Amino acid sequence: MNAPFAKIGINVLLTVAAALTLMPLFWMVSVSFMPSGATLSFPPPFLPSHPTLANYSRLFVYAGMGRYLLNSVLVASGITFFSLVFNVMAGYAFAKLRFAGRERIFQALLGALVIPSQVAMIPLFIMLKWMGLVNTYAGVMAPTLASVFGIFLVRQYARTLPDELLEAARIDGAGELRIFAQIVLPLLKPIIVTLTIFTFLASWNDFMWPLIVLTGQDHYTLPVALALLTREHVQDTEMMMAGSVITVLPVLLLFLALQRYYIQGLLAGSMKG
Amino acid sequence: MNKWYTAWLFLAPALIVLCVFFLVPVLAAFGLSLTDFDLYALADFHNLRFIALDNYLSLLRRPLFWSALRHTLYFVVAGMPLTIFASLGAALLLNSKLARCKSFFRTALFAPVVTTLVAVAVIWRYLFNARFGLVNYVLVSMGIHPVNWLGDPRWAMPTIILFAVWKNFGYNMIIFFAGLQSIPEELYEAARIDGASALAQFRHITLPMLRPTMLLVGILTMAGYFQLFAEPYVITEGGPLQSTVSVLYLMYSDAFKWWNLGVASAEAFVLFLLMFAVTVGFLRLMRRGERV
Amino acid sequence: MKIFRGRRLPIGMTVLMGIALLPGGCWKGTGESRKTLTFWAMGAESEAVRLLIPTFEREHPGIRVSVETLPWKGAHQKLLTAFAGGSTPDLCQLGNTWISEFAAVGALTPLGQMVKASSIVEQSDYFPGIWDTNVIGGALYGVPWYVDTRLLFYRKDLLEKAGFDHPPRTRAEWARQMAAIKAMAGPGRYAVLLPLNEFEPLVSFGLQQSGSMLREGGRYGNFESPGFKRALHFYGSIFRNGWAPLLTDADISNLWAEFAKGYFTFFLSGPWNLSELKANMPANLRNAWASAPLPGPNGPGASIAGGSSLVIFGASHHKKAAWQLIEFLSEPKVQSRFYQLVGDLPPRRTAWENSSLAGDPNASAFRVQLERAKPTPKVPEWQHIATEIGLIGERLAHGELTANQAARELDQRADAILAKRRWILDKKSQPLGKSGPAGHGLHVPPKGLTFCRSLDAG
Repeated sequence: MNAPFAKIGINVLLTVAAALTLMPLFWMVSVSFMPSGATLSFPPPFLPSHPTLANYSRLFVYAGMGRYLLNSVLVASGITFFSLVFNVMAGYAFAKLRFAGRERIFQALLGALVIPSQVAMIPLFIMLKWMGLVNTYAGVMAPTLASVFGIFLVRQYARTLPDELLEAARIDGAGELRIFAQIVLPLLKPIIVTLTIFTFLASWNDFMWPLIVLTGQDHYTLPVALALLTREHVQDTEMMMAGSVITVLPVLLLFLALQRYYIQGLLAGSMKG
Repeated sequence: MNKWYTAWLFLAPALIVLCVFFLVPVLAAFGLSLTDFDLYALADFHNLRFIALDNYLSLLRRPLFWSALRHTLYFVVAGMPLTIFASLGAALLLNSKLARCKSFFRTALFAPVVTTLVAVAVIWRYLFNARFGLVNYVLVSMGIHPVNWLGDPRWAMPTIILFAVWKNFGYNMIIFFAGLQSIPEELYEAARIDGASALAQFRHITLPMLRPTMLLVGILTMAGYFQLFAEPYVITEGGPLQSTVSVLYLMYSDAFKWWNLGVASAEAFVLFLLMFAVTVGFLRLMRRGERV
Repeated sequence: MKIFRGRRLPIGMTVLMGIALLPGGCWKGTGESRKTLTFWAMGAESEAVRLLIPTFEREHPGIRVSVETLPWKGAHQKLLTAFAGGSTPDLCQLGNTWISEFAAVGALTPLGQMVKASSIVEQSDYFPGIWDTNVIGGALYGVPWYVDTRLLFYRKDLLEKAGFDHPPRTRAEWARQMAAIKAMAGPGRYAVLLPLNEFEPLVSFGLQQSGSMLREGGRYGNFESPGFKRALHFYGSIFRNGWAPLLTDADISNLWAEFAKGYFTFFLSGPWNLSELKANMPANLRNAWASAPLPGPNGPGASIAGGSSLVIFGASHHKKAAWQLIEFLSEPKVQSRFYQLVGDLPPRRTAWENSSLAGDPNASAFRVQLERAKPTPKVPEWQHIATEIGLIGERLAHGELTANQAARELDQRADAILAKRRWILDKKSQPLGKSGPAGHGLHVPPKGLTFCRSLDAG
């Protein structure tokens, strides 16, 4: 094949694909700065002729977006922190500590991955009602405080740690907790970063469970609030786009900053799975 | 040597969470699906009846359940190959030695994956608005008849599929990309020496080498697509004419809108069994393909 | 659930809000333990009620009210979820077609005793049809807050151009007018707007028929009755003839702009559009619109007795304080103010006569319609059945079903939805012999129904 021709072809194709992929996101940002009703004109404008922040201020002042943003930050950080602690501990135990039934329990956990989480949601709601946790932060967070996927990731990574290191520490008389905190954790840092960004993004973007368990607007996370706001304010295209920007921007920035770790985790989770 | 219980101390928090908030509820869901648990029972337990498999049997007689199943399968059967095709295409382009600015393109193509589904689904709702949407404007200005994307029952599901492809192809693209990079360059060189065309190289080297990746990507995508819920919830609210009601959407409405928790649990279980069966079938098919 | 409800702050409210919030914001409690009432209200009502609360809090220094907004579209579901999850507020605004449902599951506090003792809430001052929607199985569960019924808004000028000098009085006349308007308007414009995701128009047509929509005390659907079939037939013909567009309200980005453009001549809606239209119609069309009672099969017909009531949840710990808030919101002068703020019609005659409503010709159409307002069947499953009516109506409109098929399908779905209710009714009627409950109400009394005593205790 003609090399220069192929080169142009491939790069043009890539550019078109990237344009198609980014266009909706770009449109979202652009429309969010348009005055109310601007998108109804014909032809639909692609760039704001008079950029305004009115949609954002309306969202924060009138629709309580600040509260939802705070809720999302709280819920996503809480889930990330606790699940990180739980998953890392369990993953390390499955990789490096010896106990009866280790492999069988681990296999059982992996087997549980085939059950979609929605199967558990209905009884979970009833259980949380009995515990008084419906419409609380704890209620949203509870079912995601540990994940098989997270345990699996940590286990795969921890298995590569040299056993001699741990044995040497034990011979020196170090307790298991100390070994974990002072030797293992620093070595697990890369996978911890990966898991952090993974969990944070997943819990930020989570929708179905928060939608079910959060019954009052005081606790809504951004996706829930946005989905319900859209139903009520269908005609407010510009304001809804501003809401989308607020929802998407934090995770997009986080991803851009840490994308190397994210993609590593994605590959680690899928290649060996 | 560590004591026997240290391991359990490390495991306890995670295992307790998984048991209490996953294992027990899953078992309870099966129990629930054998009862007529509903709002009346929630108010007063005397209104609860054990009805064995009646929920399952009545599902089989309920047209809406069958259509929800049909819509879900439509989404999976059309969405999965399209997504994989787009992912593979993008990965091949990225992997080409002729491509420039690879890391920019990789990030750009991957960006939709990390965005919040609800937020970008809201964008779709406006882009595909029949009267004011940008998409129809572009169609009209190219001289194509506009489509009532979200108002026509024949077009609503394809619009959602298009959305899912856009949102998800980047994920598989990364996996394919890594798979492509792990194919030894010597294989291609040998093929080139034998005079194989680019297409022949793709068919006889790339595709067979990607087979395990393909299987993995297929299963992941399929499992994700069976759980279709937020897209119709945000973009179409199940309409028009309930043409985008998926099994999970139906389960959600039955459970958390009308509080027929028994029926909804049965729906969740049927979905689970279906996913399980399809996954097993998929694995078998691939394995048989390997032996041939 | 309602046409274009609560999407915008009603006019003037944005300005008023800033002013009215000031005194409330400055006013501080005495520092003693103040009760905090949670009050859930919907869309525009919640915005308006926030402006009334400071006065209430001044009059009752021991009570603070926290208002939370429910979006109309998700309200029914959110309220049921709150009940199921045990997180109900102290009191809330409840659509009056939902009362039987919440009463049946024992979520609500009966209010009969409190009304009897009240000098403010006087039953005789309320429109009887509306009051009646709050009585389930002989017990009162809500106090009407505002009334709402559906009638016809239309463009006088377009109707005149099509050759008619008065709004339709019968369905036949309405059909003739729609045909003429469609012929005049041509493709791309329509005679009437009936959003396909709303069940209210079809339910209104159904209510105009003589028979009830459910039979045998709400045990079975009665949609295959000749009356409802006629309603279905009429509804279907509006779409078949192209008089109404096949659109949901999501496709109409701005109702008033489209109405002003003449995209449709008629639409069915509620009283809040009186003030919205006054505010949103362009100056040259200010007198070009009017409202009229909904035409029935043989003359001006019935319509939904809709609206919202104020209810107290059984789980509330502040029932007495909640009742004080209900009394406050029921005072005629507060109701007149509420009408000014949000455009919701008061359910009390005194409030009606003391406000600007008395002289408003467009409001009088509502007054006339209210006299003929009919409640929807009072079964707990009504909201579910009504939703199915909307879904089947959509298929009928698309021509997927004939009117007869739609009626049969509706009966099947309603019978399935009502299965559990039949079982409970049979179970309850067995020990009582074969008499059985003849009325509609199915009432499971709330556990520990001692609220009157606990109320006295504070």
